[in-house]
Amino acid sequence: MTSRIDNKRCIKMYEQMLTIRHFEEKAIELFEHNLIRGNIHPCIGQEAVSVGVCTPLRRDDYMVNTHRGHGNCIAKGADLKLMMAELFGKSTGYCKGKGGSMHIADFQGGNLGANGIVGGGLPIAVGAGISIQNRETDQVAVCFFGDGATNQGTFHESLNLAALWKLPVIFVCENNLYGLSTPVRESISVVKISDRAMAYGIPGVSLDGNDIIAVYTAMKEAGERARAGEGPTLLDCITYRFYGHFTGDPGKGITYRSKEEMNQWLERCPIKRFRERLIKEKRITEKTEKTMEADVKASIEAAVKFAKESPLPLPEEALQDLFH
Amino acid sequence: MPEITFVESLRMTLKEEMERDPSLMLIGEDIGRYGGIFGVTKGLLEEFGPHRVRSTPISESAIIGSALGAAMTGIRTVAELMYIDFTPVAMDQIVNQTAKMSYMSGGKAKVPMVIRTQEGGGRGNAAQHSQCLEALFLHIPGLKIVMPSNPYDARGLLKTAIRDDNPVMFIEHKLLYATKGSIPDGEYLIPFGQADIKRKGKDVTIVAISYMVTVALKAAARLAEEGIEAEVIDLRTLVPLDFDAILQSVRNTNRVVIVHEGCRTGGIGAEIAAQIQEEAFDYLDAPVARVGALNVPIPYSEPLENAVIPDEDDIVRAAKKVLYRG
Ligand SMILES: Cc1ncc(C[n+]2csc(CCOP(=O)(O)OP(=O)(O)O)c2C)c(N)n1
Ligand SMILES: [Mg+2]
Repeated sequence: MTSRIDNKRCIKMYEQMLTIRHFEEKAIELFEHNLIRGNIHPCIGQEAVSVGVCTPLRRDDYMVNTHRGHGNCIAKGADLKLMMAELFGKSTGYCKGKGGSMHIADFQGGNLGANGIVGGGLPIAVGAGISIQNRETDQVAVCFFGDGATNQGTFHESLNLAALWKLPVIFVCENNLYGLSTPVRESISVVKISDRAMAYGIPGVSLDGNDIIAVYTAMKEAGERARAGEGPTLLDCITYRFYGHFTGDPGKGITYRSKEEMNQWLERCPIKRFRERLIKEKRITEKTEKTMEADVKASIEAAVKFAKESPLPLPEEALQDLFH
Repeated sequence: MPEITFVESLRMTLKEEMERDPSLMLIGEDIGRYGGIFGVTKGLLEEFGPHRVRSTPISESAIIGSALGAAMTGIRTVAELMYIDFTPVAMDQIVNQTAKMSYMSGGKAKVPMVIRTQEGGGRGNAAQHSQCLEALFLHIPGLKIVMPSNPYDARGLLKTAIRDDNPVMFIEHKLLYATKGSIPDGEYLIPFGQADIKRKGKDVTIVAISYMVTVALKAAARLAEEGIEAEVIDLRTLVPLDFDAILQSVRNTNRVVIVHEGCRTGGIGAEIAAQIQEEAFDYLDAPVARVGALNVPIPYSEPLENAVIPDEDDIVRAAKKVLYRG
């Protein structure tokens, strides 16, 4: 399967996955040193979904994001410096320090923003789909949400509306098997989240979200369908968040997940799996990989430096931006 | 009894009320094994089982609506919404259904139900996890509103809320959870509509709620150093409102500052100030002052959040202003 994707693209995908991983690890470290406030919901372990979904997208395609959204921002082409500055609450950040981790938006890059309200983004993605339809362009809108969000009314209302009007929206569930401490099997009445697509008469597939090629392939097909005016698709990407729910989750979620389960998923690390594949197919070598990793780390350090050196907003800026 | 935290006080109270009333049910997100994200319901699932401690999917409308349906049909219920910022997700069920059920049915429906939730900023949780929305509910007839400021009150007020046959919004503050207080052995209930005078004073009345009571007391201590004796009133409940306590104090001090963390615009201070000018206009020596958040969402960045949320300095300044000092 990988063979059908050209070398350059494969390597770019791998590099983005590494970037996400290292960005999140750095963000957690900075949080622990009180340089980032509030909370972070790390997406470590879910990199294949972010990158597999965003790779077939164009820069002018839309993306609606969630609270666990750093990876999706990066995969959609965000500037690490502006992201990091936002996490530092600096005025050079994507939202001038007003948004923070849960609200990073990059409109030039088609990123319509993350959301602190579970299920809050789905109708917004539908709206972007309407806009595309009315403007008669061939863009698409991708909507990320978690498994937990599929139990909100907005999920059902949005899928119905998008299906009814054949909107170019791809609904991507980052199904990491838990909504906070609640397992999917204790919160969803059907076996697979993709079963829910049936109720709205749209295609739905559940797939291995830690296999980037599987995600990429499904997304490519869903994207082409949407661009051709054939309507929405539901992709249920099964994955795992290694770190736990958020930076306040005791023992990376050990209070509700077994050590055994966590270890099993570490074995299925999407980055490790893709690397093995790329090495086997001789697309990368240990040496090129080392260089790549060093470059990735350097770009993250540069982002941290930029964030640290950026000014904090002035108190009077609090009153700006409420209206245009 | 040794000092306990606000969270422990809530947990102990829920447990006792569940033992007292075998029908009492809890419903909310992650309240089972996880014990709620603030740990309030820790151990209750194990003790009372999954029918009485119902941990739900992420479905705020269904949490509130099903709590209402259960309450109307004989199951006294405490529903938990993790953040008050999520009440808007369930707004139809709160505003159109729960609040109106008794009245619309000509008093036939009884709704013994509490909505426990928490609000407030100060922790960098940004615009959708830091709001103070009590004023939204003050505007809706049919909801009682309780806002405890310390572990002792939390216990006495939660007991009253649970035993009430009407819907009660029980609004906690995230910065209070770790605070400690001593609680006497044995049961006590705090009736609704009874404000607590936290500090006596003759120069200016400071009316506060929830976490702002703590901040107001600090401000009052500072004012005292400058020879200004502030009287600090903790309202404890907004509906019913102990307006008599405010009135009595205003008649003595002739000056009032109302303090809350929610936006000044349309905040509870607006309602109270209006009532004061209606009932005690002739007693006032200065316009009523309101201290509240600036009229913007809560920003993430620390200097911005600090600029938006009211603090001790703001209260001191307002008190001096109504005293025409400084
Ligand atoms: C409306 C709403 N309810 C509850 C929460 C609290 N909360 C934040 S994330 C989360 C879990 C979300 O689960 P899921 O959708 O599976 O996304 P994940 O965190 O697993 O990526 C919860 C309950 C919220 N932010 N918004
Ligand atoms: Mg999840």
